[in-house]
Amino acid sequence: MPIRFRLALVPALTPAVALVAGLPFVNRLEPIVFGLPFLLAWILGWVLVTPAFLGLAYLLDRSTSAAEDGDGR
Amino acid sequence: MTTPLLVILAFIIVSTVVGVIGRGRGAMNLERWSVGGRQFGVILVWLLMAGEIYTTFTFLGASGWAYSRGAPSFYILAYGTIGYIISFFLLPPLWRMAKRLGLHTQPDFFLARYNSPALAGLVALIGVVSIIPYLQLQLAGLGLIVHTASGGAIASEVAIIVAFALTCVFVYTSGLQGIAWVAIIKDITMVVVVVIIGIGLPSMYFGSVGQMLSELVRQHPSHLTFPGGTTTMGVGWVISTILLTGVGFYCWPHMFASAFSAKDERTIKRNAVIMPLYQLPILLVLFVGFTALLVMPGLKNPDTALLALVMRSYPAWFAGLVGGAGAVTAMVPASMLLLVASTLTAKNIYRPLRGGVVSEEQLMRASRGFMLLIAVVALILALWSPNELVKLLIFGYDGIAQFFPGIVLGVFVRQITARPVILGLVAGEAVVVSLIWSGHDPFLGMNAGFVGLVVNALLTLLSATGGQVLNHRNIQGSRRGTTTPLNFGGEHGEPRERHRVDGWRAG
Repeated sequence: MPIRFRLALVPALTPAVALVAGLPFVNRLEPIVFGLPFLLAWILGWVLVTPAFLGLAYLLDRSTSAAEDGDGR
Repeated sequence: MTTPLLVILAFIIVSTVVGVIGRGRGAMNLERWSVGGRQFGVILVWLLMAGEIYTTFTFLGASGWAYSRGAPSFYILAYGTIGYIISFFLLPPLWRMAKRLGLHTQPDFFLARYNSPALAGLVALIGVVSIIPYLQLQLAGLGLIVHTASGGAIASEVAIIVAFALTCVFVYTSGLQGIAWVAIIKDITMVVVVVIIGIGLPSMYFGSVGQMLSELVRQHPSHLTFPGGTTTMGVGWVISTILLTGVGFYCWPHMFASAFSAKDERTIKRNAVIMPLYQLPILLVLFVGFTALLVMPGLKNPDTALLALVMRSYPAWFAGLVGGAGAVTAMVPASMLLLVASTLTAKNIYRPLRGGVVSEEQLMRASRGFMLLIAVVALILALWSPNELVKLLIFGYDGIAQFFPGIVLGVFVRQITARPVILGLVAGEAVVVSLIWSGHDPFLGMNAGFVGLVVNALLTLLSATGGQVLNHRNIQGSRRGTTTPLNFGGEHGEPRERHRVDGWRAG
C-alpha cells in the first residue's frame, strides 16, 4: 500500500508542481503558442495534459494493487 | 418589458416547472429535501457537482476579471486542476471512512474522526459563514443579469430582490431532487452558450481568437502578463491564490459531502482524471472578457462585460437565452448552497445545542427557517456591501481552506488529535480576518487566505508534534513517525473510539 501511493504521487503531482513553480519564469508574452501568449499557453497546456498524468497515476495504482494485495477493498 | 427579459423569464419558469416535476410525488421530509433520498445515480451526483463548479462566478465573474484585471484571472483556469489532483488521493480514503462510519456532512467527519463536538460545531459555523459570500455572489450575479437585460430599466437593487425571491421559490418548491434535473438543463445550455460566444465574439470583431489577442497585446501590452491591470496581483499573489483555492476546492462543505454519495472509489478516481477538462470552457469565458475590453472599454461595472457585449452583438432573443442560462447558472448553485448551509445549521449547530433531542419534523422546520435567515443575510450583504464577484468567492475560500490541515491530517495521520487542529484553525481564521479587515490583503504580495493557511498548518503541526513529544517521551510509540505529515502506511487515520454519528433520524 505505501509503495502504491508513492508511485502514483509522482505522475499526479508533476503537472501541479510544474504549473505553479514555472509561473515566475513564464510571465511573458513571447513566444506565441497557437495564437496564445506564452503565459496563458503555459497554464492551459498543463491543464490539458493533467488528465494524461492522472490517468498514468490511476494505472499505476491499479497495477500495483492488482499485483500486491487483495485487502478486500 | 424587453425581449431579452421575456426570454429570461420564460427560461426561469421552465426551469422551475422542471424542478417541481423533478421532485416527484410523495411527502417531503428532510432526507428527501436535502439529500434527494440518497438514491442518486452516479451521473446525477456528478452533474450536481459540475453544477456547483459552473456558477455565476464562472460566467460573469471570470469575464469581469478578464476585462478589468487581465492575467490575474488566469488563476481561475488553474486552481480546479490542483483541486482535482488533491482529490485523487484525498477522496477515496475519505469515502471509505464516510461509508464505514455513516457520515453525511462535513462536520460529521470532524465529529467522528476527532471525537470533538466543539471542533465539529466550529467547522459547521465557519462553513456556513463562508458560504454566505458565495451566496451573495450568486444573488448579485442574478441581479446584474436582470438589470442588464432590462436595459437598465430595472434598478440593480430591485433586480437583486427579485433574484432573491426567485431563488427562494425555487428551492422551496424543488428541493435537491428537483434541482438536480434543472442542473442538467443548465449545464447543457451553459456549455453551448459559452462555446458559441467564446469563439463567436472574438471572430465577429477581430476575425479570430488569435487576432483578438494580438490586438489586445497591441492596445494593452501589460494586460496578459502578471500583474495585468492591477498593481498588487503579481506572480506571488497568483501562486498563493492558486494554492489556496486549489487546496480549498474540496474543503467546501458541499464539495466535501458530495464525495460521500459516490458509488465506489474507482468512480471517484476516474472522475478526478477527467475533471480537469471541465476547466476548458473558462478559457472561452476569458476570451469574451478580453473582447469586451477592446470593443466596449470603460464599463462602470466590469462584471457586466459579458452580458453587455452579448446584448450589443446578438439578436435580442439570443441575448435573452444567454441571460436565461446565466440566471439558472446562478439559481442552481444558490439553491444548493442554501440547502447545504441550512442543513448544516440545523443538524450540526442547532441540534447539538438542543442536546440532540429534536424530532425529524422539528429539524425539517428548523432547516427551512435557517434557510430563509441565511438567504436574508446574503440579500442584505448583496444590497449594502456590493463587491466584485471574484473577490466574494476568494473571501469564501479564505475561510473554508483553513479546514485543509484538519482534513488531510485526519485522513492520513492516525495520531493527530482535536486540540492542535482547533488551535491551527482558530489561528488561521484570526490571521485571515485581521489581515482583510485591516486592509492588508494582499499581504507581502500574497493572498491573505494563504498566509492564514500557512500559519494554520505550521501551528497545527508544531503543537501536534510538541504534544506528542511531551506525551510520549519515553514511549517507543513515537517511532511510528508522528512528525511525518503524510503517513500513508497501515490503516488510515481512523479514530480508535468512534463517536457514533446519528443518521437523519433524530433521537
